Amino acid sequence: QDNRVSIWSVGDLGNAGLNGEYHGEPHLLCDIQHNGDVMDMQFLDQERIVIASSTGTVTIFRHHQNNQTLSANHRWEKAHYHVGQDTSWGGAACTGVVCSNPEIVTVGEDGRINLFRADQKDAVRTIDNADSSTLHAVTFLRTTEILTVNSIGQLKIWDLRQQRNEPSQIFSLAGDRVPLHCVDRHPNQQHIVATGGQDGMLSIWDIRQGTMPVSLLNAHEAEMWEVHFHPSDPDHLFTCSEDGSLWHWDTSTNVSEKPSFLHQGGRSTAYLSHSTINQSVVSAWLSNDPTKDRMEITNLIPNQTLSVNSLDVLGPCLVYGTDAEAIYVNRQLFA
Amino acid sequence: APLTDTVPPQVVPGADPSARQLCFAWGPAEVLVCETLFGRASGSHSRCPSRSLSPSRFWGEGSAGAVAPALTGSVTGTGEGAPSSSRVFVVRRDQDIYIQTLRKLFNESHGIFMGLQRSEEELAGKSRKAQLVQVSKNYRSVIRACMEDMHQAAVLTRDPALQGQYSTQVSILSAMELIWNLCEILFVEAATAGPLLLRLLDWVRLHVCDVDSMVREVLSSDSPSKHKLFWNVVDVFVLQGRMDEARHLLSKEASANPTSMNMYKILDDLMKKMPVPSLGNTQTLTELELKWQHWHEECQRYLQDGTFASNPHMESICKILLGDEDAILEKKELMTTWYHFLVTRLLYSHPTVKPMELRFYAQSSMDLFLGGESSPEPLDMILMAAFEFEMHQVIKECSIVLSNWWFVAHLTDLLDHCKLLQSHNLYFGSNMREFLLLEYASGLFSHHSLWQLGVDYFDHCPQYGRVYLELHIERIPLSTEQKALKVLRICELRQMHEQVRSICKIMAMKALRNNRLGSALSWSIRAKDAAFATLISDRFLKDYCERGCFSDLDLIDNLGPSMLLSDRLTFLGKYREFHRLYGEKQFPEAARLLLTLMTAHIAPCSFWMTLLTDALPLLEQKEVIFSAEQTYELMRCLEDLTAGNPDKQKFQDDDIETTKVEMLRLALARNLARVIVKEGTVEGS
Repeated sequence: QDNRVSIWSVGDLGNAGLNGEYHGEPHLLCDIQHNGDVMDMQFLDQERIVIASSTGTVTIFRHHQNNQTLSANHRWEKAHYHVGQDTSWGGAACTGVVCSNPEIVTVGEDGRINLFRADQKDAVRTIDNADSSTLHAVTFLRTTEILTVNSIGQLKIWDLRQQRNEPSQIFSLAGDRVPLHCVDRHPNQQHIVATGGQDGMLSIWDIRQGTMPVSLLNAHEAEMWEVHFHPSDPDHLFTCSEDGSLWHWDTSTNVSEKPSFLHQGGRSTAYLSHSTINQSVVSAWLSNDPTKDRMEITNLIPNQTLSVNSLDVLGPCLVYGTDAEAIYVNRQLFA
Repeated sequence: APLTDTVPPQVVPGADPSARQLCFAWGPAEVLVCETLFGRASGSHSRCPSRSLSPSRFWGEGSAGAVAPALTGSVTGTGEGAPSSSRVFVVRRDQDIYIQTLRKLFNESHGIFMGLQRSEEELAGKSRKAQLVQVSKNYRSVIRACMEDMHQAAVLTRDPALQGQYSTQVSILSAMELIWNLCEILFVEAATAGPLLLRLLDWVRLHVCDVDSMVREVLSSDSPSKHKLFWNVVDVFVLQGRMDEARHLLSKEASANPTSMNMYKILDDLMKKMPVPSLGNTQTLTELELKWQHWHEECQRYLQDGTFASNPHMESICKILLGDEDAILEKKELMTTWYHFLVTRLLYSHPTVKPMELRFYAQSSMDLFLGGESSPEPLDMILMAAFEFEMHQVIKECSIVLSNWWFVAHLTDLLDHCKLLQSHNLYFGSNMREFLLLEYASGLFSHHSLWQLGVDYFDHCPQYGRVYLELHIERIPLSTEQKALKVLRICELRQMHEQVRSICKIMAMKALRNNRLGSALSWSIRAKDAAFATLISDRFLKDYCERGCFSDLDLIDNLGPSMLLSDRLTFLGKYREFHRLYGEKQFPEAARLLLTLMTAHIAPCSFWMTLLTDALPLLEQKEVIFSAEQTYELMRCLEDLTAGNPDKQKFQDDDIETTKVEMLRLALARNLARVIVKEGTVEGS
């Protein structure tokens, strides 16, 4: 198999056409061979990228911007492996990686959590058998706390300051233990967490209270692979799924300002009645009163075919990749 | 051009049937060929050569124009006592799918294919036709985009072998686009007399580009009319019906050469006035024919008057305008192909040609052009078949010549949507469109990631698609959980329950072997596989018995409704709950639960001894926990257990077992005594 990690340039704004639409395709700057499937990746800093591989290896690549090349900077082989195996076949896929320079946390199919530091050869801390099932994703809750989701539908908080290998808190869905695949935390209000499940359900949790989600939103028809709050505009949430759709969840619309029949929808717009007691204080994501606010949900993909595996959003730009081996860039998300 | 090579029979490189007898076995996408120990001369004992796993992978090269078997790997083994090593060959048919630059073609065309299948069937007549023409154009633009990429890759690469491969691919793609374009004009759009000629002109202009560099050279020179190739370029324009450009160039010549001003004016006028078919409905065919006849006669007059006699170039142009075959044939090198000759002939002698008349002109054009010097090549035969409106012939020839089913599968599908193919029953019952799509999709399945496209193709093969999918989907290697999930989702959407169960079992077994009990349980829940859930629970219980404590408490404590999947799992959950209650010192509840576990037969018999032993501390508590009823129940359970089969007890454990039983009997008796007294005591007395 020939898997590569690539860096693309999406051109400058000077290429905008008549209506401000973006013309031209993403242009490949450099790429490098990678062993195994790329399961997850994240920028560590301006130049370094951490890649999680299906072979269980975690690699840091450095992007040299002067001559546009990529080179492998550091590698932790067998960061994830299955017990008792030390041949290459014993590797376990590393399913998620999250960075907070210089710390890197990885999780994998072996139920292991690793904490690395970018400059250190060995793992700073490893929690073996942190979970009896596969850990699908990880994200930082606070600087010393992380959130993980697993394949028996549990959301766990781990405090990395503590030496014990137990989660400090476990949340789970009521009813069937549907595997959770992705997790993201609200950028400003750290108690609000969103997770996506194998049945395409979006769950919003308030981790200050209770062990069950605050709201369950029926979203996609298949696995939800990624969920992201918009980093600077967290009233907007994006989810992508195996069913080939990418949904934009918008709670910023206030019914009192615009009559609903004047809402401009996307290809398929649905209105979910979503409530809030006191919108100015409590975030629109935590809602109790179904009569008040509305949430606008838009499918951003007109002709969906194959799965959308991954997405990322920054400012007015949205980028996502599909199983049809295509990358799409939308540079005018809020136009 | 690669399509011109005749196709020799291909042998698996390295396998020599004259030295050893070969045997083979069909796989889903590959053929295994292996050398046996049967020599050719002597009939030795039959023994399969043993193989050691030291694969040496190398790609075979099929000649690009043949359906060549490609050697994708060979395994060298050492037979026992054999003088030389024997080998196993893995022969794979469709190696084009591994060409990196073609992946774009496969992916994009998949999108177009799906769009076509989903498109509105109710649209009738013109709008449907326009839609189908658009689809055809989309396919062609994908081919062209791929050609561009391939060309770029050929330019940038430094490896000469790769460069050769890319260049070959570019020529193949170019030929494919040529054929597709012609099929679009003749079949999809079904251009009628009039517009037919215009389309054919466009087609020729687009695809005969050998002269482009010459044209560029002349146009960019300082004084084009002095360039030695000047008249060649003018001829090219005239032959391709590009009147405006020809006139523009001629004007330069006229201004440089005032003596021929008169001739030039007349020629220019003739060229300007030439009637051509129009795309709109501005004139009928009869009108056009009349005008054309009139114009033709005018040209004839000028020629016969000797107006152009002093300038052979202009005279030859006039002859061409009159459709003089010999004059046109003189410019063979500028036309390069017989189909260019055909179109030029039609332009200047039968501009209102009807589609059905094309075959005659095509055949005669080819004969005249090739003139017995060379014989037609495969590409020529394909185009000829198209001009003769023999669709099946076109598809058949393309299938033979091309090394990959992509082209014929998509073209046939499009033609089928145009309702042009009658169902042509092959001996195994499915029609041609389905057959080709099945072949193409099967090829995709041997690729580690393009198989996802194949799924959609199978979906649109009504007769055998599902069966093929069922067979293929189980063989996809599931290297990560995410891949398994994708495959599972595909199976679930199509109600392929067998495959769902089978895949979940595979993943659960893998997880179990790696000691990931939670993952294993998660897979059994997905498949609703009670038997496997029982297996997992037994593992947990075994672990507990061996270690005295539970592993993976986070899982057992949080089973939720999935506990009900299997009895053993329910027992596990409840048993853990018992331990928790005990730990929280909720003794009466714990006692009640323990008893229920035994009396309701949730616990397996093998576990009863453990449960009774767990009851011991409860019996020994200062407070009386078990009521009389409960104590009687416990005693009954104990008797059931010991009376059951005394032979079962092993001799080693005899002492321990009997001691346990003794202790239990004692504790139960003591508890009974205490509880009788307690229950018999009247309060307050």
